Amino acid sequence: MNRASYTAARLLQIVPTFILIGIVVFVLVRILPGGPVAALLGDKASDEAIERITRQLGLDAPILVQFWRFLETIARGDLGDSIAYHVAVVRLIAERLPVTLLLTGMATIFAIALAVPLAFVAAVTQNRWPDLAIRGAFQVGLSSPIFYVGLILLTVFAGAMHIFPVGGYGETPGEHLYHLFLPALALALSFSAVIMRSLRASVIEVLSAEFVDFARAKGLRRRIVLGRHVLRNALISTVALIGLQIGDLLGGAVITESVFAVPGVGRLMVDSIFARDYPVIQGLTLALAVLVSLVFLATDLVQMALDPRVAK
Amino acid sequence: MTPAPILTISGLSVSFATPHGIVRAVDGLDLAIGAGEVLGLVGESGSGKSVTLRAVLRLLRRNAAITGRIDWRGQELLTAPERRLRDVRGGEIAMIFQEPMTALNPVLSIGLQIEETLAAHTDLGAAGRRRRAIELLSRVGIASAAARLDDYPHQFSGGMRQRVMIAIALAGAPKLLLADEPTTALDVTIQDQILKLLRELAGDLGMAMVLVTHDLGIVAETCDRVAVMYAGRICEAGPVASVFAAPRHAYTLALLRSVPSGGPARQPLDPIPGQPPRADRPIVGCPFAPRCGFATGACRTTRPPLEAVTPDRVAACFEAARLPAWREAA
Repeated sequence: MNRASYTAARLLQIVPTFILIGIVVFVLVRILPGGPVAALLGDKASDEAIERITRQLGLDAPILVQFWRFLETIARGDLGDSIAYHVAVVRLIAERLPVTLLLTGMATIFAIALAVPLAFVAAVTQNRWPDLAIRGAFQVGLSSPIFYVGLILLTVFAGAMHIFPVGGYGETPGEHLYHLFLPALALALSFSAVIMRSLRASVIEVLSAEFVDFARAKGLRRRIVLGRHVLRNALISTVALIGLQIGDLLGGAVITESVFAVPGVGRLMVDSIFARDYPVIQGLTLALAVLVSLVFLATDLVQMALDPRVAK
Repeated sequence: MTPAPILTISGLSVSFATPHGIVRAVDGLDLAIGAGEVLGLVGESGSGKSVTLRAVLRLLRRNAAITGRIDWRGQELLTAPERRLRDVRGGEIAMIFQEPMTALNPVLSIGLQIEETLAAHTDLGAAGRRRRAIELLSRVGIASAAARLDDYPHQFSGGMRQRVMIAIALAGAPKLLLADEPTTALDVTIQDQILKLLRELAGDLGMAMVLVTHDLGIVAETCDRVAVMYAGRICEAGPVASVFAAPRHAYTLALLRSVPSGGPARQPLDPIPGQPPRADRPIVGCPFAPRCGFATGACRTTRPPLEAVTPDRVAACFEAARLPAWREAA
C-alpha cells in the first residue's frame, strides 16, 4: 500500500469513529438523571406541560427515529439551542473553542520546545551529570499536579512580579498569547516531562543502531547524524505519545481552564453542567470527541510522514 | 610486501570496559595494507576483525580504550582531530557493514543517504549530487536507478540493499574500502555477485580493500593477500596462494584443515579442538598454544613476535619451520 491509499484508508476509518461517538453522546444524554425536559421546565412542572415538551422535542418517537433525527440535525451543523444562553450551541462552541485550541496549541509547542533538546542532551550524556540533572528536574515536573504548578506560577509571575496577568483572555491576538502564557506553561511542564522521558529512551535506543555507525563512517557532521538520522527515528514512537497527550489536554481542559479562569470550552462545559444545559453538554461532548479523534488522525499521518514503513 | 603501504596499523590494542571487567578484543595487532591491494582478514567470530576495522575509523563506543598507532598515508588517525577524521571517514576510507538492513537508515530515502555523503565530501550542487547518485547506483548494478532514488531501504532485496551500501561507500571516492563481512547475510548466489562487484570496483577505481570474512573460499577467490587473526592478533599474513599452500603458523594450518577445500583432491576435515582463549584475562605466550599440536615450552611462556619469514610474508609462530606444506601451490 502506498502513502496515498494509506491516507485514504485512514481517513475512511474516521467515519465509523464519528458514528460511534454519535451513539455514545445520544445515549449519554438520555440516561442522565433529570433529562432535558426536567431541565427545561424545572422540578415542579405539570404532567401536561411535560408531555407537551416531550412531544415538542420529539422524545416520544421510537428511539431509532430519534437517533436518525439526531444524526440528521448534526449533519446539518445544527446542535440545537442553549437553554441557559438562548443562542445556538454551534455559535457558543465556535466562540469558545478557539480559546481552548490556542491554549492547547501553545502548551504543545512549549512542551516540545522544552522536551526535544533536553531529551537529546540527556540521551547523549546518559547517566552523567547533565542527564541526571535533566531527569531530576522533569521528575519534579511530572509529579506535581497541574493546579499546584499553576498556583505557584500565578503567585510568582502574576502575584509577586506582575509580569503576567492572573487570568482572562484579553481582546487582541497579542493579548491572547500574553494571557494564555502562564496556563500554557503550567500545562507544558508535565506534558514535556512525559515526552522527554519517552524521547530520551528512544534516542538512547536509536544511538546504538548500526545505521548511526554507518552515518558516522560516511563522515557526516555530528549535527546531521543526530538531527537527521537519530531524531527522525526516535520521534516515531514519541509522536504517538504527543498525540495522546494532546487528546488528554483537550479532555482535561475542564480542569485547567477553571484553575486559570480561561474562557474556553472547558469552562463552558462546567457552567453548562451546573445549569443542566443539555444541548450545550451534548454539543461540547460531541465537539471534543471529534476533535480528539482528529488529533489521533493527525498523529497517524505525521507518523506515516516520518516512517515510510508504516504505509507498506 | 610489494605495494607501498597506505595504511599501517602497529601495536593496536582495543579493550572494552564491561560490567564483568576489562575485555580485550584486539591485542597488539600489526597490519599493513598496500595501495590498490585487496586484503582478506580472516579469523573466527570474536577474533577482533570487526573491532579492528572500526578502530581504524574510530567508530568504537565510549567504553573502548584504544592504544597503538594507525598510520594513514603518513598521518596518525588515533590522535587526529575530529574535523580531519570526518574528511577521512567516507572521503578517504569508506566502510560497509555486514547487514545492510540495519546499516541503512530505514526512514530516509536511499537517494538522500547517497547524497549526504556527496554533500560531505564533494563540492557538487543539489542537481550534481542527484546526477552523481544515479551514476553510482547504476555503477553498482541497480536497474532504473533514477526511478529508485526516492525508494526506501525496505523496498529493496537483500542483495540490492548491499549494492546501495556499496554505492554510498563509493560516493566519497575513497582510496580504501573496509568491508566487514559484506556477504555473510546474503544468499550464496548473491554473495558471489557482490564479491565480483567489489573485486571489479577495487580494480577499476584503484581502491584498496580490506575484506573481513571467516570464509577461506572467499579469500581464495577474491583477495591478493590474506591476514589471519586469532585472539586479537595477526598470526600470519602474505600472498593468498603462498599462505594457503604452505602456512607458516600452526593456526593457519589448522584453519585450512578444518574447512572443505574443494577441488578433486579432498582432504578429510579436521576441526580444531578446544576453544579460543578468554578475552577477559591476559594471555601468556602464544594464544593458540593450548589448542596447537606443534606447541613447545617456549610457545606457552613467550609471545611469538610477528616476523618476516619470506620477503613478502610475516608469521608469529615459533614452530613455523616444522609445519608441513598444506597442498601444492596454485
